[in-house]
Amino acid sequence: MYTANMLKSMARVEETRERRLQEKFPRLGPDEKDELLRRFHPDFREDTQRPVKVGPNAGDRMPHELVDLLEARSVVEPGAVDLDEPDYDVDVLVIGGGGAGAAAALTAHAHGADVLLVTKLRLGDANTMMAQGGIQAADKPNDSPVIHYLDVMGGGGFTNRPELVRALTADAPLVIRWLEELGCMFSKEADGTMMTIHGGGTSRKRMHFARDYTGAEIMRTLRDELLNRGINVVEFCAALELVLDDGGRCAGAVLQNLETGRLLVARARTTILATGGFGRIHVSGFPTSNHYGATADGLVMAYRAGARLVYLDATQFHPTGVAYPEQMLGQLVTEKVRGLGAQLVNAEGEQFVFPLETRDAVSAAIIRECFERGRGFVTETGQHGVWLDSPMIERIHGPGTVRAELPAMFRQYERFGIDMSSQPILIYPTLHYQNGGVEIDEFGRCPQVPGLYVAGEAAGGIHGRNRLMGNSLLDILVFGRRAGAHAAGEVSRIGLSRPTLDHVARFNREVEAAGLGRITAPILLPDYVRR
Amino acid sequence: MAQPEPELVTIHIMGKGYRVPKGLTIMKAMEYSGYRLIRGAGCRGGFCGACGTVYRTKGDWRLKVGLACQTVVEDGMYLTQIPFYPANKAVYDLAELKPGLATLLRLYPELPRCLGCNTCTRVCPQGIDVMDYMARAMRGDVAGVADRSFDCIMCGLCASRCPAEEVQYNVAILARRLYARYLAPPARHLAERVREIEEGRYDEELDRFVQMDPAELKKLYNARDIEA
Ligand SMILES: Cc1cc2nc3c(=O)[nH]c(=O)nc-3n(C[C@H](O)[C@H](O)[C@H](O)COP(=O)(O)OP(=O)(O)OC[C@H]3O[C@@H](n4cnc5c(N)ncnc54)[C@H](O)[C@@H]3O)c2cc1C
Ligand code: SF4
Ligand code: SF4
Ligand code: FES
Repeated sequence: MYTANMLKSMARVEETRERRLQEKFPRLGPDEKDELLRRFHPDFREDTQRPVKVGPNAGDRMPHELVDLLEARSVVEPGAVDLDEPDYDVDVLVIGGGGAGAAAALTAHAHGADVLLVTKLRLGDANTMMAQGGIQAADKPNDSPVIHYLDVMGGGGFTNRPELVRALTADAPLVIRWLEELGCMFSKEADGTMMTIHGGGTSRKRMHFARDYTGAEIMRTLRDELLNRGINVVEFCAALELVLDDGGRCAGAVLQNLETGRLLVARARTTILATGGFGRIHVSGFPTSNHYGATADGLVMAYRAGARLVYLDATQFHPTGVAYPEQMLGQLVTEKVRGLGAQLVNAEGEQFVFPLETRDAVSAAIIRECFERGRGFVTETGQHGVWLDSPMIERIHGPGTVRAELPAMFRQYERFGIDMSSQPILIYPTLHYQNGGVEIDEFGRCPQVPGLYVAGEAAGGIHGRNRLMGNSLLDILVFGRRAGAHAAGEVSRIGLSRPTLDHVARFNREVEAAGLGRITAPILLPDYVRR
Repeated sequence: MAQPEPELVTIHIMGKGYRVPKGLTIMKAMEYSGYRLIRGAGCRGGFCGACGTVYRTKGDWRLKVGLACQTVVEDGMYLTQIPFYPANKAVYDLAELKPGLATLLRLYPELPRCLGCNTCTRVCPQGIDVMDYMARAMRGDVAGVADRSFDCIMCGLCASRCPAEEVQYNVAILARRLYARYLAPPARHLAERVREIEEGRYDEELDRFVQMDPAELKKLYNARDIEA
């Protein structure tokens, strides 16, 4: 339900709508865009990042909120854990129960490994569950992995690691085929042809989808299969630190039962880290579209074990996150709304940016409109936002279009008394995706830490400095499967020596010597309790 | 900007009263009251079904259920979250199943116990006609169940209130997997592309692209044709 003030501002949006239907806002020129990004995009501003002082990436700039965690002391007291009597002893330990972890566990299991999957919340309480848009794969006759390769590299500004993009695009059809066999219900034509559409930056229509619950359909299918295969899954069990053996090889992890608080030790010949992204650390104070457990734990653990991080100075903000109602703050309003013709409009009812500029430019333009020009709307809780004129969709494509094309979106607003087919919605950029992560090779191996694999949003380099929509659901499955297969294949060759947490003790000392370490990490969950 | 004092309402979390701002979701109201959630919060956006909650409202004897992240508090609400629900899930190898009534009945023999009471449909936060898809399941209409249950987030609220102890959402996912694997026609273009990749058809060209100088790659990128 909108407040009286909002209805007043909305009236202006309605007044200008007929005129705006004819109006085309000019696109930004290259210089204009540079200037806009430099001044208003959180990635480019001087005051949002700083160089990290300790660890393998010392000197590299990253967002303050992440640096705080990388410069923190461990939550684990290294001497207080008995590593010699492990609670679990397995071939492959998978940490994280999202799409990447599930794919890794299923694949390692299929290769004959004894697998343990631990996850912080429930299996599937993960960013993967929330993806609506789709997953890319070049499987149509007019498309090829080579064309897909070119699109991915261009989208990432040619900063992507080529061998990772090669793996991503060549495995993509194999992943879709795997999902089809697992009974994942992709949207298809009557003859079985996959329905595919464009996404930002695609040169072919290769975005596959399962209605508007693509991630959920993939995740629940993989979850069902994990349970059918009898793979050992332990929920509400978070990893706190990796364990190394005295030869520096990853040998498992220290875990915590989140309900009893008790620490557990898992000994594993190989370990796959699939802990996802960092939205819930709220970079620069932004709301986020991510699930409750997206707190960068994997980055913190891998960093202390000696892994290098890449491209973590590039953060993906989605320009249209929900700014009102407060209950939906930060949730994603899909790009499709703008794709269908809805314009972005300030509190005075005027356009201020071409709606289909790149994500970073639209985000920066919204921030400028709210803070420099003061023409955003401010809600009663102090949240800034601008209008996304969704009723235009019905004017352009006919009544009923919003409900038919955006059912999940429509339903969510409807729950809070807002009819987005007749009322515009208030939006503000939301922290959406962690472009960078732990450096990996094409098998998901961490080059600096033998025995450690990283897959999914926790890994970096695949997308360079900018991921395109639909390539991340893809990457979690491609590299989840690659890591699972490779890790299982290594098992018989690996002998572990004495397990230690010496690297953690060493890191703690380094942090202390630098005068840092007032807080501890990983944080596991954000703290939203009112004090 | 000065923020106006929020209007407060009283809610009872597991019987204890708390004053919280009007308009909060149950999830945010619990956090406002001092709860740090471990169970009962996942996506926080209506996608994962982690946050099922049972509640009553003032002056109403009826039990209601909803998602804590999607339900707004009301003055006088009595509530508790359902942290875990011990529901039955059949274990199967999809590759060995046949799509039809016999499979559904073998894996979920309680299926015909449905009383047609419509409780599941009334409580579903996704607005799914759950009783209808259960009726289709009892007729062996696998495709119908798959289609009608598609928006299910497996929150378990239907099962928590079912007098016949059905686990509707597990029947539904079985039907969807059966449908997608056996009844929907396979994508032929996909099988063809997989064969090409396995034969190594793209290896050479991909290798060339991987080695390519970025400037040249950029030229190709800018000149690429875009499907209309
Ligand atoms: C709203 C939204 C929409 C999106 N839409 C799309 C889209 O349309 N197309 C697309 O390609 N991509 C999309 N993405 C991105 C994509 O969904 C994610 O990048 C991807 O699913 C990440 O998968 P993952 O398995 O790496 O991480 P997740 O799915 O987040 O899983 C990580 C898991 O690890 C657990 N975990 C975290 N820390 C620990 C710990 N310390 N110990 C144990 N477990 C831990 C987490 O709780 C979680 O279960 C979207 C993302 C969001 C948030
Ligand atoms: S609640 Fe149970 S018994 Fe009632 S209609 Fe639904 S499935 Fe049948
Ligand atoms: S069908 Fe049942 S489990 Fe699925 S969303 Fe509805 S109430 Fe929840
Ligand atoms: S937390 Fe996922 S549905 Fe409520």
